Amino acid sequence: MGPDDIVLRVEDIHKKFGEKVVLRGVSFSVKKGDTVVVIGPSGTGKSTLLRCINQLTPPDMGRVFLHGEEVTNSGAKISYFRQKIGMVFQNFFLFDHLTALRNVEIALLRVRKMDPKAAREKAVYELDQVGMSDWADHFPAELSGGQAQRVSIARALAMDPEVILFDEPTSALDPELTREVLEVMKKLARTGLTMVVVSHEMGFATSVASEIIFMEGGRIVEQGPPHILMSDPAYPRTRKFVSQFADLAGQRKE
Amino acid sequence: MDTAPFITTVLVPALTQGLVITLQLIVLAAPFGLLLGIGIALGRQYGSRGVSVLCKLYVIFVKGCPLLLLLFILYFGLPSVGITLSAFAASVIGFILCNAAYNSEYVRGAILSVKDGQMVAAQALGMTRQQTIREIVLPQALRRAIPGLSNEFIYLIKYSSLAYMLTVIELSGAGKLVATKYFAYNEVFFAVGLVYLALVSITTAAVHILEKKVAVPGLIS
Ligand SMILES: Nc1ncnc2c1ncn2[C@@H]1O[C@H](COP(=O)(O)OP(=O)(O)OP(=O)(O)O)[C@@H](O)[C@H]1O
Ligand SMILES: [Mg+2]
Repeated sequence: MGPDDIVLRVEDIHKKFGEKVVLRGVSFSVKKGDTVVVIGPSGTGKSTLLRCINQLTPPDMGRVFLHGEEVTNSGAKISYFRQKIGMVFQNFFLFDHLTALRNVEIALLRVRKMDPKAAREKAVYELDQVGMSDWADHFPAELSGGQAQRVSIARALAMDPEVILFDEPTSALDPELTREVLEVMKKLARTGLTMVVVSHEMGFATSVASEIIFMEGGRIVEQGPPHILMSDPAYPRTRKFVSQFADLAGQRKE
Repeated sequence: MDTAPFITTVLVPALTQGLVITLQLIVLAAPFGLLLGIGIALGRQYGSRGVSVLCKLYVIFVKGCPLLLLLFILYFGLPSVGITLSAFAASVIGFILCNAAYNSEYVRGAILSVKDGQMVAAQALGMTRQQTIREIVLPQALRRAIPGLSNEFIYLIKYSSLAYMLTVIELSGAGKLVATKYFAYNEVFFAVGLVYLALVSITTAAVHILEKKVAVPGLIS
């Protein structure tokens, strides 16, 4: 594995809001085709970390690189990096006034300035990838949460990103709908998409993650391959956290 | 007084002339009132601190000033600082300034109702601030503002009669002149009232069609 295989590198990210320190030096890197799952207690800075990566929240300190190019302090070039770093949100944030198809198409037209015909074809293709092509003409209000989330994944995919950041993509969904979204994400992972996923879906993490990162108090406490982090974590805190969620998942299946 | 010839040879021609002026006032004032209103709303919401404060002061000033006084300032006051406007131009400008102030309030309210997350999502896709406002915020905000904006348009139809106070012989003024000359107040004002009612009804119907046309499920419009 040479350095060329590193898609995303995050170096010593610090962030505070006012007096409240949220990130205290977070570093990690993601190799091409990897799925890194980030877990950790609420308020620990997971969402903030993702937002620091694409500069929706500029970090106070530290740097982010995409294929070796600096994303932090990139000025007007940030629009380019944001196209290459997709993001999927807990609450989907689809554009309410646009159909599913238009949601996927709009950035192709306005940001990538694609030719309308090519943009339309690509949008249809991406909706098909997430199993939503039959719903192309429906508006967000007419979609279930799972369907809306799949459209939002298609919207991110359409930009041909190098990596997609998922911030608790299934936390707002019922178990049934969670499953359909996770299926799509598993498929993407298999097709070699590079992903950073904040999620407490332990089943997904165990089966798909190349690496699990356990964060607490604005730091990475522990990281490693799923079989180690899940079964034999070095830190008692990780053990406790993981078992809590494993229990929860177990209860829900019954 | 013979009723039939009075109506065909006096009333209808006079009111038609007046109506043409009224329509000119409205057609010139409404689009600029809308554009300026949107501009002020955007300035308040997204402008620098200075711009935002300026826009807010503008709204406070215009809302606090009787429209008639605003028209008097434009027509009688401005010449003393070297700006002379025709009565018609002063009326149109006054209506634009007034219409824009109220429109901006509706648009701003509607902008605030667009969920933040969508703007974040747009930026995450690489959209610039301007693109986000143009492609995501305004299309939603304007749909939501249609009821308020159309109310303002209906007010404009009616307060365009204030142009008569600057000697513009629009619909109400034309009616007043005929009524006085022929001493037929009730008949003439009833007829004038019917014309305004027709204008307002047409507007209401048109807005209804527009709302249907741009309706989006889940977005109140
Ligand atoms: N824009 C902001 N302004 C002020 N404080 C913020 C802001 N964004 C996040 N915070 C605070 O930073 C802390 C970390 O928030 P963050 O959302 O990153 O945590 P999280 O790990 O994603 O939690 P959760 O699991 O609940 O989503 C929280 O205490 C939150 O209140
Ligand atoms: Mg979060």
